[in-house]
Amino acid sequence: MGDTSEFSLTVRLFLKGYSWRKIDPVPWTPLKKPLSQCRLALVSSAGFVVPGQQPFDESFKGGDPSFREIPANCQTKTLLETHRSESFDHTGMQQDPNLAFPIDRICELATAGRIGSVNHRHLSCMGSITAPGRLIVNTAPPAAKLLVEDGVDVALLVPV
Amino acid sequence: MCNQTVCLVAAELERQGISTVVIQLLRNVAEKVHPPRALFVPFKHGYPLDAPGDPARQAAVIEAALKMLEDPALTAPALRDYLAK
Repeated sequence: MGDTSEFSLTVRLFLKGYSWRKIDPVPWTPLKKPLSQCRLALVSSAGFVVPGQQPFDESFKGGDPSFREIPANCQTKTLLETHRSESFDHTGMQQDPNLAFPIDRICELATAGRIGSVNHRHLSCMGSITAPGRLIVNTAPPAAKLLVEDGVDVALLVPV
Repeated sequence: MCNQTVCLVAAELERQGISTVVIQLLRNVAEKVHPPRALFVPFKHGYPLDAPGDPARQAAVIEAALKMLEDPALTAPALRDYLAK
């Protein structure tokens, strides 16, 4: 069960006093066509990078708000997980990156015709962001624009 | 914090016309942040799609998320519990 009891006392106290960012108004884009005709992209906050990409910056105060593009044809097992949090067990997604970046699963869905297609690139970010202002204002809008330019219809977002 | 981060990215994607669904590991975060569509899963942190090396269980979570995208009765913010089989 994912609850805060998994975390250290220090983390639990931090979360207890944390001011969560309420999305208001809540934007809403209804599905415009059957999923079998939709292009899907993934967004994972597990901090995955492909070999050769710059890792997320662990020293970034408030959390690194940058994104990495992960190509759909990446070799799943070569993805490097660079999430900085020590508050959870990383071994599962290191063993199988699909646990938090399910690229193999969505390729199977496209083959089966459940979705129309898999976008040629996906987004990876560092979820451990305590000060999300830069993410909201500076980095998420251009990252989202990349997927819009790709003709992406739907996105599945996976935290860890 | 991961839960909030994907919610905020989802909101931006929706603003730009992409339909989204987020997985959430902390129900109270989804209730406070209000992502457009969220599937709360009863798994521990680090295991958002249930089990490593188990494609069927991972696919079941993804299918539940996709069904939220297809449900015309949902309104924002939509939060649904995943019932693991």
